[in-house]
Amino acid sequence: MILLDRVTKTYNKNMGPALDRISLHVEPKEFVIVVGQSGAGKSTLLKLLTREERPSGGKIIIGGIDYDKLHDRDIPLLRRKIGVVFQDFKLLPNKTVFENVAFALEIVGISHKEILHTVPKVLDIVNLTGKEKRMPQELSGGERQRVAIARAIVRQPKILIADEPTGNLDPKHAWDVIKVLEKINRYGTTVLLTTHNVEIVNKLKRRVVTIQNGRIVGDRANASYKI
Amino acid sequence: MSMQRKYLTFMRIVHTGIVNFIRNASLAIAAMAVMIVTLTIVLFSLIANATFTHTIDQITDKIDVSVYLKDTVTKPQADKLVAELRKLPNTEKVTYLSKQQVLTNYQKQNAGNQQLLTAINDTANPLPATIHVKPQDLNKINDIKVYLEKPEIMAMESDPPSYSGNLKEAIDNITHATNILREIGIIGVGIFALVSALIIFNTIQMAIFNRRDEIQIMRLLGASTSYIRGPFIVESIIYGMLSAVISVLIINAIFVAASSTLQATTLGLLDIGYAVTYFDSRFWLFLTLQLLVGIVIGAISSFIATRRYLRFKTK
Repeated sequence: MILLDRVTKTYNKNMGPALDRISLHVEPKEFVIVVGQSGAGKSTLLKLLTREERPSGGKIIIGGIDYDKLHDRDIPLLRRKIGVVFQDFKLLPNKTVFENVAFALEIVGISHKEILHTVPKVLDIVNLTGKEKRMPQELSGGERQRVAIARAIVRQPKILIADEPTGNLDPKHAWDVIKVLEKINRYGTTVLLTTHNVEIVNKLKRRVVTIQNGRIVGDRANASYKI
Repeated sequence: MSMQRKYLTFMRIVHTGIVNFIRNASLAIAAMAVMIVTLTIVLFSLIANATFTHTIDQITDKIDVSVYLKDTVTKPQADKLVAELRKLPNTEKVTYLSKQQVLTNYQKQNAGNQQLLTAINDTANPLPATIHVKPQDLNKINDIKVYLEKPEIMAMESDPPSYSGNLKEAIDNITHATNILREIGIIGVGIFALVSALIIFNTIQMAIFNRRDEIQIMRLLGASTSYIRGPFIVESIIYGMLSAVISVLIINAIFVAASSTLQATTLGLLDIGYAVTYFDSRFWLFLTLQLLVGIVIGAISSFIATRRYLRFKTK
């Protein structure tokens, strides 16, 4: 599902590479946690996957799409196949919960009728039924993040990338978000999660990839947090 | 959430909404104001141009060369002369008037002057048969002149031909002035069109800057560039359309005011009466034309602005 082959990313020639010959293989339906300190290269890794950045070297293939052969004009098509959740939610502030989720469908030209059918189902998955008309400002951080997850999965992507989704949340809300991610993974979506949160990593008992100074220093199944 | 905080949140949302509206409105007004000026000048130039052309046509229409024939010239000779004049490249219309026709015209023109009429009737018809030659181009009247100055033609003429000489000079001046005005008009329209395009360009750029977070989110969700760009272009097309309607209304108001206050409908060269008729009879055409110009200016400038600032950047 995700294949990285000796991927290197250098931002500034005077500094060391942000990512140094990273190789990673993620199977379909896997739940992988990427851990590492700030500046280790986690964000860079995710930006490469969403094609916000280009690698300086190496090969990236996601869901059968070879990034070397990907045209700039096809980036929107790629991003529609990958669901992404961010630490700062990135919700549209002047749209309601329903509209925020519907927006992801509107941009790919889904009919109004289908939107009315699909969005409530997805809001149910993330336990936000009844809050469709709220504005993002009226929601708690955990609720906002679940709106963001709903938006990310409403197009039924094969892969969900969650970049520190619990970073701004208190433990209770963080767990709500993680539970939703597990649920989505059970439905068959590959989940790639980055986090700082030791407790979450230890409780999840999933494959853990550890990044340090731009290199993968650990990759173990059913692992606990260890840097 | 307590009522008080709800109220505060609500007020904040309302406040931000109003602030955004005013911000956008001031940008929109700036863009539209210059667009209105541009479109008004475009329309005014069009009408002024048509009116000048009309005035000149009217004056030039009255200009011709009159050839006065001796009484000894026979009808076949005169017909031959007419035929030859018609063959000249620059003649538009050649009309032959017999002595009798000239007399009848003369009597009609002086119907009020009984004394003159009696005097004329008492004598044998003193007026010469006349050929009126209407040139196509006043500036090339020389061709005709050269022909009429040939000795064998001059032999048939009772008097030297009349060229409406003074009138021609006046017309040359008018034509010259009109050409200058036309050039100024074209340059003015060009400059204003450019300025309004630049201001719309700037407005859209500001709007993109104000909404950069939103645009970034749309991009990350996989919105295509055209999906992001579309609303901006629509926005500036709306500027263009509103400006077009307003500019047509402004011109309309000017004409209504001008034709009611200036009873003498000719204001210098601008025959307001004609201009008003010209505008009124083509009102819908002008409105459509203005809408098209407005839409094109709006669309092109916002298209370029969004092209520059919404480009996908992957390093």
